[in-house]
Amino acid sequence: MSVVKTRDQRRGRMSRTDRAQARAGYGFLLPFLVVFTLVMLAPVVYSIVLSLFQNRLIGGLVFVGFDNYVEALTDPQFLGGLGRVVLFLVIQVPIMLGLALFAALAIDSARLHGTSFFRLAIFLPYAVPGVVAVLMWGFIYGERFGLVGNLNELIGMKLFTPLNADWILLSIGNIVTWQFIGYNMLIFYAALKAIPHDLYEAAEIDGAGQLRIVASIKIPSIRGAVVIASIFSIIGSFQLFNEPNILKTIVPNIIPTYFTPNMYAYNLAFLGQQPNYSATIAIIMGVVTAVIAYIVQLRGSRKDV
Amino acid sequence: MPASSLRHRNRAADRASSGRAPKRSKTLTIAMVLFAAYALFPLAWLLINATKTQPELFSSFGLWFSGPFALFDNIAQVFTFDDGIYLKWLGNTLLYVALGGGGATLLAAMGGYGLAKYRFPGKYVVFAIILGAVAIPGTALAVPTFLMFSELGLTNTVWAIIVPSLASPFGLYLVWTYANESIPDELLEAARIDGSGEFRTFFTISLRILAPGVVTVLLFSVVSTWNNYFLPLIMLSDPDLFPLTIGLQQWNAQAVGVGASPIYNLVITGSLLALVPIMIVFLLLQRYWQGGLSAGSVKQ
Repeated sequence: MSVVKTRDQRRGRMSRTDRAQARAGYGFLLPFLVVFTLVMLAPVVYSIVLSLFQNRLIGGLVFVGFDNYVEALTDPQFLGGLGRVVLFLVIQVPIMLGLALFAALAIDSARLHGTSFFRLAIFLPYAVPGVVAVLMWGFIYGERFGLVGNLNELIGMKLFTPLNADWILLSIGNIVTWQFIGYNMLIFYAALKAIPHDLYEAAEIDGAGQLRIVASIKIPSIRGAVVIASIFSIIGSFQLFNEPNILKTIVPNIIPTYFTPNMYAYNLAFLGQQPNYSATIAIIMGVVTAVIAYIVQLRGSRKDV
Repeated sequence: MPASSLRHRNRAADRASSGRAPKRSKTLTIAMVLFAAYALFPLAWLLINATKTQPELFSSFGLWFSGPFALFDNIAQVFTFDDGIYLKWLGNTLLYVALGGGGATLLAAMGGYGLAKYRFPGKYVVFAIILGAVAIPGTALAVPTFLMFSELGLTNTVWAIIVPSLASPFGLYLVWTYANESIPDELLEAARIDGSGEFRTFFTISLRILAPGVVTVLLFSVVSTWNNYFLPLIMLSDPDLFPLTIGLQQWNAQAVGVGASPIYNLVITGSLLALVPIMIVFLLLQRYWQGGLSAGSVKQ
């Protein structure tokens, strides 16, 4: 369809109605495109340009080709941060999505008392601003007057120390999980509701139990939703910034400025006065994220029969 | 195995009730109670501790009330502290949400509709680029956006928050799926024959049909602008322009460092108050976010 269209157009054979259509289409799209170009495309292009230059004491701004990229890929602070978010992603995303899937299946099963209460309660944290969520959990984690402090008193020893260096990634993972379980649950639940019910009836007539229906019908049917949720979660993990950056005000010595790649890029640009190097790191992270999201998408859709 | 015994029990239950209306399961309900408790207890903590005075915060058990009931005192303090700057932050947040989130919804609605319902050269390239942008990490854009805006002299103005909020590729995608499914071409054709211009058709007919999808996009745009932290963090330095998120974070940071005067009771009560409007919006618009999400998730 589109190919034919362009060919027609090349030969200057666009009818009057086609031209009116095209004009209206562009008209609807134009405001979005203007903003989109200004705040998304232009910054990407600008970043790429920035990343190819260096500001030197002698000579000022000079073109350095891929020097910044070479530096970044051998920079232990950047690689350490990248390793940290990958570790975070590998552990937190499966746990969060697994729990969300369980909750969605439970709500969809019609075997619960008070289904709508659970749906609302589990979704509610999504509406909590990230800053408030982190402040709240930061207080709860506190050993001095937080719940964790109360809990340790109860046990009689300092068993839980969520704000210590060994625990901090886990503590951040808990905050992120708390915020986004409900959102992912809703994506899964909406997909589950779209499965035709005669499939279940047919399976039940064939003698399939509920768990069998879940494993053989429900989960395979919502694969698309699982892939989408995974991609969003992966993007979110690579972008990890708000939670550690806010916790940093509570425990400045535990969370360094290069804790995650995004924190590193932010601090390089705004405190370190190195916008070129910062842009390089942003571009590398963008490429890494896009590549991994693409691989997940491919793997997810390949298994589709 | 507990799983298999559960299965047997469920199967027996199914047979008993002819397999149509499954029997409610206590085990599953208990598991979900734990889920709900996990989701709600931090909010309960916030609510309880907003009723405490600053000294009580440090000395009492976190999940129960203690000392004088100071909620109203705390609220009054939040609103009057530092010449009522909290109210200014609240006003700023509302401005950013209305212009940024509202504008993003309008642009996404028009753009998604235009892409779904009109044929024009370059349409598929544009669509692919917009979809690809969904995967661009927002923070990757922050630094260059800041540098660009600072050359335009826009940093530390309200436009530095509003303009970047206006682009919502995911919102456009949601409207696109919704428009494809719900607006028949025949309807637009009929409007054309009746002599209605394309834009008039959009605002008088199509937008009404798109309403559930558009309200969903509006809801998510409102949440993301209400919760925005990174963008104002880099763009704004004048406290008079801060949204609530940055202001609360600044209050919290006051407690750390030399000569610090902790105002944790204000941080906690201020956080609670910042939740109220967004929670109300969510409760009122329940049927939209519950139904509308499917437009985006089912399609793929």
